[in-house]
Amino acid sequence: MSSDHHDSKLAHHFDDLEQQFDANKFGMWVFLLTEILFFSGLFVAYATYRSNHPDVFQYASQFLDTNLGAVNTAVLLLSSFTAAWAVRAVQLGQKNLVTTLLGITVLCACGFMAIKYMEYSHKYHEGLLWGNAEHSIFKENTADVASSVREHGHHWGDVKDLDPEFRRQTGIFFGIYFCLTGLHGIHVLLGIILMLWLMRRNMRGDFSPEKYDAVDCGALYWHLVDLIWIFLFPLLYLIS
Amino acid sequence: MNTHASSVNYLNHETGFKSWFMTLDHKRLGLMYMWSTFAAMLLGGSFALLLRFELFSPGKDLVSKDVYNHLFTLHGAVMIFLVIIPSIPAALGNFVLPLMLGAKDVAFPKINRLSYHLYLIGAVLLVLAILTGGLDTGWTFYTPYSTSTDTSVVIAVFGAFVIGFSSIFTGLNFIATIHKMRPPGMTWFKMPLLCWALYATSVIQILATPVLGIALLLIAAERIMGVGIFDPALGGDPVLFQHLFWFYSHPAVYVMILPAMGVLSELFSTYSRKHIFGYSFIAYSSIAIAIVSFIVWGHHLYVSGQSALVSIIFSALTYTVAIPSAIKVFNWVATMYKGSISFTTGMVSAMSVIWLFGIGGLTGLWMANLSTDMHLHDTYFVVSHFHFVMVGSALFSYLGGVHHWWPKMFGVMYDEAKGRFWTIVSFLGFNLTFLPQFLMGTRGMPRRYFDYHPQYEYLNKISTIGAAMIGLAVFMIFWNLWRSLKTGKKASPNPWGAATLEWQCASPPTPHNFDEAPAVGDPYDMSLIQFKSDEEGYLPINPCEHDPLICKVESTEA
Amino acid sequence: MNLSFLPYLLTATQQERPETTLDGFLFPVQGSEAAAQHDHVFMILMYVAGFFFLLINAATVYFSIKYRKSKSPEPPKSSSHNNTLEIVWTIIPTVLVAWLFYIGMDGYVQRRYAPEGSYEIKVTGQKWSWNFTYPNGIQHNELHAPMGENVRLIMDSRDVIHSVWIPEFRIKMDVVPGRYTETWFNATRAGEYPLKCAEYCGTEHSSMYAKVVIHDRPEFDQWMLENGNLLADLSPVEAGEKLFSIKSCVACHSTNGTPLVGPSMKNMFGSERKFTDGTTAVADENYIRESLLEPNAKVVEGFAPVMTTFQGLLKAEEMDAIIEYLKTVQ
Repeated sequence: MSSDHHDSKLAHHFDDLEQQFDANKFGMWVFLLTEILFFSGLFVAYATYRSNHPDVFQYASQFLDTNLGAVNTAVLLLSSFTAAWAVRAVQLGQKNLVTTLLGITVLCACGFMAIKYMEYSHKYHEGLLWGNAEHSIFKENTADVASSVREHGHHWGDVKDLDPEFRRQTGIFFGIYFCLTGLHGIHVLLGIILMLWLMRRNMRGDFSPEKYDAVDCGALYWHLVDLIWIFLFPLLYLIS
Repeated sequence: MNTHASSVNYLNHETGFKSWFMTLDHKRLGLMYMWSTFAAMLLGGSFALLLRFELFSPGKDLVSKDVYNHLFTLHGAVMIFLVIIPSIPAALGNFVLPLMLGAKDVAFPKINRLSYHLYLIGAVLLVLAILTGGLDTGWTFYTPYSTSTDTSVVIAVFGAFVIGFSSIFTGLNFIATIHKMRPPGMTWFKMPLLCWALYATSVIQILATPVLGIALLLIAAERIMGVGIFDPALGGDPVLFQHLFWFYSHPAVYVMILPAMGVLSELFSTYSRKHIFGYSFIAYSSIAIAIVSFIVWGHHLYVSGQSALVSIIFSALTYTVAIPSAIKVFNWVATMYKGSISFTTGMVSAMSVIWLFGIGGLTGLWMANLSTDMHLHDTYFVVSHFHFVMVGSALFSYLGGVHHWWPKMFGVMYDEAKGRFWTIVSFLGFNLTFLPQFLMGTRGMPRRYFDYHPQYEYLNKISTIGAAMIGLAVFMIFWNLWRSLKTGKKASPNPWGAATLEWQCASPPTPHNFDEAPAVGDPYDMSLIQFKSDEEGYLPINPCEHDPLICKVESTEA
Repeated sequence: MNLSFLPYLLTATQQERPETTLDGFLFPVQGSEAAAQHDHVFMILMYVAGFFFLLINAATVYFSIKYRKSKSPEPPKSSSHNNTLEIVWTIIPTVLVAWLFYIGMDGYVQRRYAPEGSYEIKVTGQKWSWNFTYPNGIQHNELHAPMGENVRLIMDSRDVIHSVWIPEFRIKMDVVPGRYTETWFNATRAGEYPLKCAEYCGTEHSSMYAKVVIHDRPEFDQWMLENGNLLADLSPVEAGEKLFSIKSCVACHSTNGTPLVGPSMKNMFGSERKFTDGTTAVADENYIRESLLEPNAKVVEGFAPVMTTFQGLLKAEEMDAIIEYLKTVQ
């Protein structure tokens, strides 16, 4: 590529489109590294508590709905596939296909969030929350558990006879569960906004087989969000 | 701002608030960072003076115990998050890095602007925290104190979180810039050493800062929702916070000192008019420090109850940091050997740092040592140690660097005699302030104490007098710089005779930095640059006249 | 800032602050076996660091005079690289720091964990006082220990992190809520030493200290005897007065009318108390009991809810004695 055609797609401080594409993609990879380290703090907390209380984690994990988790894994994998396909499509200049594929990605992401919402609200009603939450059944002192939760929580019977220290640690498991999946959920929401923005730009005709770095970077981000879930699912749901 | 520059430059080509606030120009962003750090330095410095005056004699002199606790917390938070961390990387780095690479801008100008805006938002949040209940946790936010105190921890934590992302984006930008925007001919080992230092710094920023981010978010989650991960009452572990915190905050110390080391390499070479000694060793030692910095955090937890084995491992790893640091110092001193040394403000700062970093770095040997740290941990010995490193080394290098690049930034020369004089005063004041604190520490005075036994009184009095000296000197240094904007002589493009690329463009540079692509060569070969008195600066001489052999070699290479 | 703190914090009255006894220029006296080891390592570091510090600074000053611009206007040609030199000044520091690490580690392992069969004292830190529980159940706010014997401190905190530091013994260990930490010493000379809190813990951090008293064995046994049975030997009021000081109540509550971190106890009994939530109550026995067990249920107006519960730290009879004593503080 030559630097002769200084067109509008090329920012003034780059020599040519190739340099610009390289820089953007490189920057995205560096950002993804940051993201991994961002999650790592929570993974360290997870590892610390799991190695100290493996039995607690095994016990607590059974309260998570493996089926919903598995469906969500499948949904995210599909969305990652469509995101990757969208990159291929934009390289081939198939503008309408790109819009469709990004649209499917967004729909999958929304589906993921809907299922997540079902899981969260179910846990809230059951009182499967961290120990200090008002609605939690894992309080150290069973007398502190709200009477409404005691009546409606289906798991109350299993939990109330546990050793108080074990119950407290189960509360910590749910603290970590909500922090990890909550932070991941925020990333999915950001991904939805990102994909909608890419769709809009695509329909406006911003992308071409020569200039598609935004789609490429957006897809990279989405793969990372997917990848983190791939780790979260077995670590949280499949302990046995 | 500058009455001397008649031609169009980056300072005068656009005017008005918006042209600065919304600018994408790395030079303007660098300047705004610089002014912001100066303002924050005055704020954090006045906190420090209040603290020192409170400690002038035992008992209450000036403020109450709680106000004192707020003051030392805010002094630490402001100085670290708003001054030192953005000082050299964001202020000088933004201005100088693209110029050194002969580039028009950093790789992502919009992200660069976002960084600055995040920094401002974070600063506003910190101020908001001060106004809505203050902050008395210490800048380390140790749990469970930080989750149980009734001050504005949540707002402050969000402020630090946002500033953290500002730092991450700056690091990301610099890494991409150094990888992808070097000019043809500038290989990695033809980069100026400041670029190596900024690169190593950026690696730390992007990898360590997010861990601080998540630790701070968890404190907020703990306070707002009571998640309990750090709360012993709920079965959590407060020491886990210390691990996460120091996983960032120890590397953060190198975010402060590594770029300072980069600046020092430039200063020693330029003002000795000599090629830097041991280029590759200095470059590699920056990378070595960055890597090792990630695996030494546990030396902050020798007495936190971590097991003896873990402490031993961390002690051994910590000691390895001494090696690359020593290599750098030896090479700087060797650079002066057979040089032609001019005592500009920049050089006087750099030589001060040899002394100050000598003390700050070598006292690290006591802190890393398992036997002595048990006595010295959390005492005034530590306070003095890290002030020698973070202020004595990092901020003195920053001010040295500001003087060095001032002519490039504004196209004017500052008053050399005054700059040098006040730098020496601040150096003396610094020693007066912090040398007695080592003694306070070994003799038994813990840090963060509002009150102390009269046996420590005379040491505290000396320390307070020294602090007043620093305060005056720093104020006068700023005043001298400020005055030069109005009265300073016009600066030539290369007043110091340095060979790095930023001195090839105009002073101040045009909006796009270089009118023609700069000639890339050895960044420390100053033999082809000579002083021209009619220009009041240095100009490149024709290499063929100087040494015909070079011409021959270059033509065959081409 | 929260201004409700200010009125009582502006008045600073404290018990006498313990003094660290110095021995020479650098250190407190060596009060334990570990202190000698610490000072030995400290001085080795001092010589090594001092040598390199002088070396680099002397070179800097010498070069800057010899090669100053007026003396050396054009730098003579000189090499900017020397691999031999670089390797030499890489290897020398490497060997040195390895050695320094080793001598630090050598004594550390012994200083970290107490030998078997040590005399064990339980240490409890809470804002802002120390409580020491001896093997026979005696609780006191002073650390008394026999000279020449291994004494193991098992420590935990009831609120935030504190840290035990006895400068004369050169030992320090954090006191963490929710887990036990330990340290130990073998005192080599009798006398009184300060124990200071070294981890920032809030308003009264700098006044959180305790007296360490090292006796020879017979004197120690005598002290145990005298303090072991306060309630049996003394009248309730006298015992209460002693407990009021032993349990560190005096750190925050004066008996002369001066407000400290907490309200003064003078004329407290029988008076009407106004609380931060606007309610009032007459101070009777039950009020004092509640204030000891659930201190933050009712907080007197003008003060912050910072007191930690004494649940488990006071026996019923001790509480009775304190109440009897407070009745007499008029």
